[in-house]
Amino acid sequence: MSLDRSEVENIAMLARLKIDEQDVPRYVDALSSILDLVDEMQAIDTSGVTPLANPLDSVQRLRADNVTEDNQREHFQSIAPATDAGLYLVPKVIE
Amino acid sequence: MEWETVIGLEVHVQLSTNTKIFSGASTRFGAAPNTQACGIDLGMPGTLPVFNENALRKAVSFGLAIDANIGQHSAFDRKNYFYPDLPKGYQITQMDHPIVGKGQVEIMMDDGTTKLVGVTRAHLEEDAGKSLHEDFHGMTGIDLNRAGTPLLEIVSEPDIRSAKEAVAYLKKIHSIVTYIGVSDGNMAEGSMRCDANVSIRPKGQKEFGMRCEIKNVNSFRFVERAINHEVERQIALIEDGGTVVQETRLYDAELDETRSMRSKEVANDYRYFPEPDLLPVEIDDSYIEAVRSELPELPDAKKARFQSEYGLSEYDAAVLASTQDMAYFFEAVASKSQEPKLSANWVMVELAAVLNKSNTPISESPVSAENLGQLIVRITDNTISSKMAKAVFEGMVEDGSDPDTIIEKKGLKQVSDTSAIEAMIDEVIANNPGQVEQYRGGKDKLFGFFVGQVMKASKGQANPGVVNDLLKKKL
Repeated sequence: MSLDRSEVENIAMLARLKIDEQDVPRYVDALSSILDLVDEMQAIDTSGVTPLANPLDSVQRLRADNVTEDNQREHFQSIAPATDAGLYLVPKVIE
Repeated sequence: MEWETVIGLEVHVQLSTNTKIFSGASTRFGAAPNTQACGIDLGMPGTLPVFNENALRKAVSFGLAIDANIGQHSAFDRKNYFYPDLPKGYQITQMDHPIVGKGQVEIMMDDGTTKLVGVTRAHLEEDAGKSLHEDFHGMTGIDLNRAGTPLLEIVSEPDIRSAKEAVAYLKKIHSIVTYIGVSDGNMAEGSMRCDANVSIRPKGQKEFGMRCEIKNVNSFRFVERAINHEVERQIALIEDGGTVVQETRLYDAELDETRSMRSKEVANDYRYFPEPDLLPVEIDDSYIEAVRSELPELPDAKKARFQSEYGLSEYDAAVLASTQDMAYFFEAVASKSQEPKLSANWVMVELAAVLNKSNTPISESPVSAENLGQLIVRITDNTISSKMAKAVFEGMVEDGSDPDTIIEKKGLKQVSDTSAIEAMIDEVIANNPGQVEQYRGGKDKLFGFFVGQVMKASKGQANPGVVNDLLKKKL
């Protein structure tokens, strides 16, 4: 299976990645070769194999519902580019 | 053409845990911005989520309450999209293996008819933060206190056929989640939010029409209005020769209309994949049974018991069983008065009117259940008539005092003393010789006139039963 140029551009847009025009053919080739490998794997008969949600042979540990994190707003906001009245400021988003 | 409306609802219920679904930060409502957003909630590099057992317990509890299959092997997935109130760039949710599978709820309409609505699934996920678009130097402010709050998204089958049914379904979900204590159900604080998938089709057609998703319908009233508007819009569109496009529309409560939302990116391209930071969640039978044993009596069971134990109608039983507070209040009144039907009437009519008028929850009723029960005792032991009881009740609402104090204070005691009533009757007979003659001459209708005169003479305090008996003898 191979991807075309517009699919690669769409994937980059969804991932908010800016890619250089001249690099697109290289990404098309590299991503297509990954999908070729997936195609090869899909040829294997996996009927009767339980789908794996995680490669670790273990189950999720659960946490007791107790507050363990206190307010560290100042600490976190010291590295934020812009804050005001306790809020993180970001470029205007209007839906 | 006659159209049929088809609705499916997605209800997001905030689970009332102390902490976030994947972090130990508090979920308390109303805290100063970003004071309850820890490194995990902020998506800081190097942090890892750890699943909150109480969120799991509450989700299982809801599943059991709607008689659903519990996913004993569930797993989390990533839903990828970019928005500033979602710092990680993805939401942790459940796609392929939800915690709650197929279930159902019974809804009841105002006319007392009932209907089963299927629940497709309910899954756990994390909430996003809040964007504040007020002017922050031309920027948007982000509060991440809500980020990571546990949500249970309850997805219904497209079984709902009208806006009214949608409201009934929503009220039922609200009733269940507050009953079993998995959510505070506070819609004003966003504890329950609803998206509605709405389509129309010619009556009798099997295939579904193209649907639109309406977001942002967060009160019972808005749900009904938003759906009705959307249905009218779709019918007008089709009847004008147009077609409905699948899209997300936002309900604007102020303008009372739905409008198209600019599509964020390629629709539904969320590129889900299994969440690598969390392991599969395994639940064994003993866990499920432990949760089941903690469930309180559910609304449907309580309704059935109110019908069989107290002889209430299905409608009355459903109304009284709809919330824990209402059911508790009613049972306290009935236990005091030993008159369940009369208690049901007083709670549903007189008390409800007072509470509605002042928008007061029954848990803060100005009249206590004990006092209302005592008022009913005074009706049944003939101390006061039903009519006088209303005056006593008004007094109880005013200052919260008990009925006996008010009966005493206002001198409202019903007079059942035969000699006092006889004296009044004698006086009435003596003062109205003409009517007495006509009555004795066969004009039976005049009996009511005499009753009225005696009641008037007693200032409404004579026991009407006693008046009737004595009048018959005397005339």
